[in-house]
Amino acid sequence: MIEVPKVEDLLKTLEEALRLEIERRALENPVMIGIHSGGAWIAEVLHHRLEIKEPLGKLDISFYRDDFSRIGMHPKVQTSQLPFKVEGRPILLIDDVFYTGRTVRAALNEIFDYGRPAAVVLGVLLERNGREIPLRPDCRGGALTLPKGQRIKLMGPESLKLSMHTV
Amino acid sequence: MTAKKDTLQRDPDGKLRHFLTVEGLDRGFLELIMDTADSFASVTEQTVKKVPLLRGKTIVNLFFETSTRTRTTFELAAKRLSADVLNVNIATSATTKGESLLDTIRNIEAMHVDMFVVRHAQSGAAHFIARHVAPHISVINAGDGRHAHPTQAMLDVYTIRKHKGDFHRLKVAIVGDILHSRVARSEIEALKTLGTQEIRVVGPRTLIPAEIQSLGVSVFHDLAEGLQGVDVVIMLRLQRERMNGAFIPSEHEYYASFGLTEARLERAAPDVMVMHPGPINRGVEIDSKVADGERSVILQQVSHGIAIRMAVMSMAMHHEGGGGAA
Repeated sequence: MIEVPKVEDLLKTLEEALRLEIERRALENPVMIGIHSGGAWIAEVLHHRLEIKEPLGKLDISFYRDDFSRIGMHPKVQTSQLPFKVEGRPILLIDDVFYTGRTVRAALNEIFDYGRPAAVVLGVLLERNGREIPLRPDCRGGALTLPKGQRIKLMGPESLKLSMHTV
Repeated sequence: MTAKKDTLQRDPDGKLRHFLTVEGLDRGFLELIMDTADSFASVTEQTVKKVPLLRGKTIVNLFFETSTRTRTTFELAAKRLSADVLNVNIATSATTKGESLLDTIRNIEAMHVDMFVVRHAQSGAAHFIARHVAPHISVINAGDGRHAHPTQAMLDVYTIRKHKGDFHRLKVAIVGDILHSRVARSEIEALKTLGTQEIRVVGPRTLIPAEIQSLGVSVFHDLAEGLQGVDVVIMLRLQRERMNGAFIPSEHEYYASFGLTEARLERAAPDVMVMHPGPINRGVEIDSKVADGERSVILQQVSHGIAIRMAVMSMAMHHEGGGGAA
């Protein structure tokens, strides 16, 4: 039986890792973007804790997914909101679970359609096995190896909790 | 009848196959189209004003009847979704050389296209094409004869929703040439489905179809009466090109009785919004002061047309199905 990590522990580690990364790379006034929906919940907490001045950006990457021709349009797509200029800014991109890497690819494509950021740092709450493309997070709250067919998902937004299920 | 239409428009799991008419689509589905249009709003704020959703798909604008606004907004919507667009102007193509509609369709199909956007002077043309195309091709009706113009109706109700929110307390007047208008027909259906409190049609007897009351609308032959207390006025263009009889004495007289002026608009609710699907005939059905005035949302309708068409095209585009990883 795999133990499901506590969100708060992961958040603390991720927050600390992001602070170090901002310092190490001397990122000035970074803005933060959370990927809908779990990533945006995590980003809301981190945005507050890291005292980011500008409002939080949110991305719904549905229009940038690589599986549209297979599964078609997603119902209930949220509007992406980037309430700042992306051009020339350092960006902290936040997601909940890093799995295949395809979501991050889609998110990067969308961000670059808004402008050319100075840098993008990827922070994720949890990295699990199953990477399919050569992308990986810069900062993470924790890592987990799951057997094939097992998924882990962030539930929220009221109280954030990781939950395991089989597909 | 309704169920039959639905199997043509929607696949067994309820997804859009073709978009031919708003008739038979339920309220939740019309709201889903509008919500999807909303989600495309951020695309115009991007530096690169497009999303890669329909990359590699080919959409054919098949216009058997001339159009500027509808064709260009369909084209722009398709391009904002990264599709490749082919504009086929049939008025100058092989059909005038005697090729049948089905032969034209078969030939364009053979070019490996994914979607037809069809405008035709014959009512039912888009349905006919939808019934005969290859299974992977979707058909969007961009206006067929006097029958339907569903994307226009959707962009109009979308514009109303943006300004007024709920339809339940709204009184809407559709004014002018109802008889020749596919827009009016589709609008009445959409407004009804969305639960509009009162739908009025206003116009001279010669331009209002008999028994239109059966659609659940009230009929007025006097503009002042028809505008009393309404929240939305939808003006229609006088379609002289479809008139081959004496429907009105003259444009001048028509304007005198049914032209929308500031003075006449006084009877409507103070926050009335004025709409027109375009192209407008200034001084025939509407005064310039109204068309360009602060209550007019005519140009917003054009912008909303792009979002609605993006929504419908992305929802109807064929996909291989079979689920897959989220």
